[in-house]
Amino acid sequence: MTESRHEPTPTSAPPQASAPQQQPAAPPPQPGAAASPPGGSSAGAPLAALSIRGLAKRFGDKIAVDGVSLEVPAGSFYGMVGPNGAGKTTTLSMATGLLRPDFGTALIHGVDVWARPLEAKKLMGVLPDGVRLFDRLTGEQLVTYSGLLRGMDREVVGSRVPELLAALDLEADAGSLVVDYSAGMTKKIALASALIHAPRLLVLDEPFESVDPVSAANIRGILEGYVSSGGTVIVSSHVMDLVQRMCSHVAVVAGGRVLAAGPVDEVRNGSTLEERFVQLVGGGHRTEGLEWLRTF
Amino acid sequence: MVAHLLSLKWRLLLNGFKRSPWQLVGMALGLLYALGLLVLLIGGLIALRWADPEIAHTVVVLGGAATVLGWAIIPLVASAADMTLDPARFTTFAIPPKQLLTGLALAGFIGIPGLATLIAALGTVGTWWRNVPAVAGALLGAVLGALTCIVLSKVVTTATAGLAASRRFKDVSSIIVFIPLVLLGPIMLGVVDGVRGSADYLPVLARTVSWTPLGAAWSLGGDLDSGSVSAAGLKLLISVATIAGLLLCWHVLLKRALVTPPYSGGSARKGGKLGLFGLLPGTPAGAVAARALIYWLKDPRYAASLVIVPLFPVLFFFSGSQSGGYGLLMILGPLTAFVMAWSICADVSYDNTAFALHLAAGVRGVDDRLGRALACLAISLPIVLVFTVGPLFVTGDWQWLPNLLGLSIGTLFTGLGLSSVISARYNIAVPLPGDSPFKKPPGNVAQTLAVQFVGMGVLALLLVPELALVAVQAFSGGTQAGWINLVAGPLLGVILFVVGVRLGGKWLDARGPEMFAQLSVNR
Repeated sequence: MTESRHEPTPTSAPPQASAPQQQPAAPPPQPGAAASPPGGSSAGAPLAALSIRGLAKRFGDKIAVDGVSLEVPAGSFYGMVGPNGAGKTTTLSMATGLLRPDFGTALIHGVDVWARPLEAKKLMGVLPDGVRLFDRLTGEQLVTYSGLLRGMDREVVGSRVPELLAALDLEADAGSLVVDYSAGMTKKIALASALIHAPRLLVLDEPFESVDPVSAANIRGILEGYVSSGGTVIVSSHVMDLVQRMCSHVAVVAGGRVLAAGPVDEVRNGSTLEERFVQLVGGGHRTEGLEWLRTF
Repeated sequence: MVAHLLSLKWRLLLNGFKRSPWQLVGMALGLLYALGLLVLLIGGLIALRWADPEIAHTVVVLGGAATVLGWAIIPLVASAADMTLDPARFTTFAIPPKQLLTGLALAGFIGIPGLATLIAALGTVGTWWRNVPAVAGALLGAVLGALTCIVLSKVVTTATAGLAASRRFKDVSSIIVFIPLVLLGPIMLGVVDGVRGSADYLPVLARTVSWTPLGAAWSLGGDLDSGSVSAAGLKLLISVATIAGLLLCWHVLLKRALVTPPYSGGSARKGGKLGLFGLLPGTPAGAVAARALIYWLKDPRYAASLVIVPLFPVLFFFSGSQSGGYGLLMILGPLTAFVMAWSICADVSYDNTAFALHLAAGVRGVDDRLGRALACLAISLPIVLVFTVGPLFVTGDWQWLPNLLGLSIGTLFTGLGLSSVISARYNIAVPLPGDSPFKKPPGNVAQTLAVQFVGMGVLALLLVPELALVAVQAFSGGTQAGWINLVAGPLLGVILFVVGVRLGGKWLDARGPEMFAQLSVNR
């Protein structure tokens, strides 16, 4: 079963074939966005695809995000890593206009998400974590819906949807209701919904969670092709190894703050990302105690 | 182990109260209601102490048998089985089956339905407070009867767990169950009529039922009261054997269920059919309308209201045939317009966190509002027109046609406009996506009631012109007011519709993230 699926979709070839077709729509907006710069406030970061400035959020008496600032350069593959409850999802929600920050703001290619939300949202594709989908639609309908909602032409949507579903190994289930999908398939259809309008920035919260290895490789192929032709991706993940191999830049977040950020090689500074992460975050206590677990 | 399971259930019940003060208020109200019913029931059972033994026996046996049946059927159709101690969650703990069964069965009594059944069953002891053997028999019967209820419901839910996990079955059953519920009034009247006609027949029925597993336990008190000890002995055997048989069934089913978890889902289907997305305009508003229409047909929470609406005329016609006058049929059209238009004031709440897609895609608030309102309009307008004109064929009051049409259409459009504003601002407690339309919604029920109440008041105010024109015709008898309403109703309605969609869109643009944050609380 796995072999037969693997054969027609070797890890990188088809995504790269489909990526150029998505791309033409992506780069042209550049002049348009550049023509409306954010006044003079773009202090030395004209290249940033996503610029997060002092975002902070409090829930009750818990400070979830405590002044996070990040510059995500255009054309980078940016990883965001951190322990559970570090504030990754909250930060990304605030950066994408889903959650209003208490302080700070975020700029997408110079467009302020919270001052001009509709404009900023056109520039990005978002895969939020832990939200429902309109799951009484078929997979195909959901992706079409997502495209039409963004004001795309029906013919363009109609030509992109089958390609996208094929690239994500979902064509066999395109006509099934999303409510009947498995967890991994649901993740993939949500990803397709975020890609349909060929955004310039992709914000993906835990895109590889519960996705099978073959599909994960396909998704990576798609994302790498997207980045190589000028797109920007920011992903959050727990999987250090994946981030180290895949990303050009990384930010380590814990307790609602950025502990380190920059190109991956700079951040890991000779050691593996995982070792560096544990060193930064702390809490990697040697397992003393639990002796009873070794005595059976 | 049994004690562990019981304390776990108790802890789960208590923690259910810990979520928010408002939820506590809602639960307290529900509890008060249940308690009131229970007090009435027990009062009735104790009052039977002074009734003829034959009547008391009939009531207790038939009531008990109905309770047993209810415990078997209700969890099934209402998808409301209490799954807090789902056996599947104990798979990895390797609890000896005997202890697991005992624990789960006894835990069934911890919880409002179980406790209420047990207390009501013990109320029959009051009925048979006549002599010592009768009291002993009633006590034993009450315990056995209540136990039968719990175990039978466990057997049914375990046996149908596979079925109940299938989405299609859940969808269909949760809608179908609405039909008898809505028609409860006519059904009750029919039953009461039938009972009146066959009062002599009931004691015979009760005697027969008392020999079946359904009624055997409930009959013990009455039999011992009338001195038929041998019959009581046999019935005791029957009821004990029933419980033993059910436990055995449950044991077998549970053993099977624990190693073969239910599979839910359909077969893979190729794409190619876009359905309504291919038919409606390819604009954001058109897409929202297509999505909403698909949901009206496919989501049981919406479809349930579509099933109820056709029952309105049945209900009205029935009450008309009872009272002899069909005047009430005249308000069918306006009432349906109100109900249908009002139903989308929870539209965003129905989306739950799926609303994130609208927010992330940067849909303009106006497009969101317009699409949803037009979808509802497309479904409700034909129904409202038929329901407005149809009753006139029965009553023949054709001079009312223009006035009623004006009122119905005015109500529909005004209601849609108001709903568009309300659903943009307030999160309403509704069942979660995929849940039964019956399920108690999570979240702030008190706020929901307040919003609904105030909203209906506002709607009544907005409809004053149309209602006044109806009143004018009712008092003067002239038809001019009707013709005025035929023009004024739709005109005012459409104006308020446009204003509502605009205002709701503006609010949604301004407060989308806050709305989404509210939705995320109840997921």
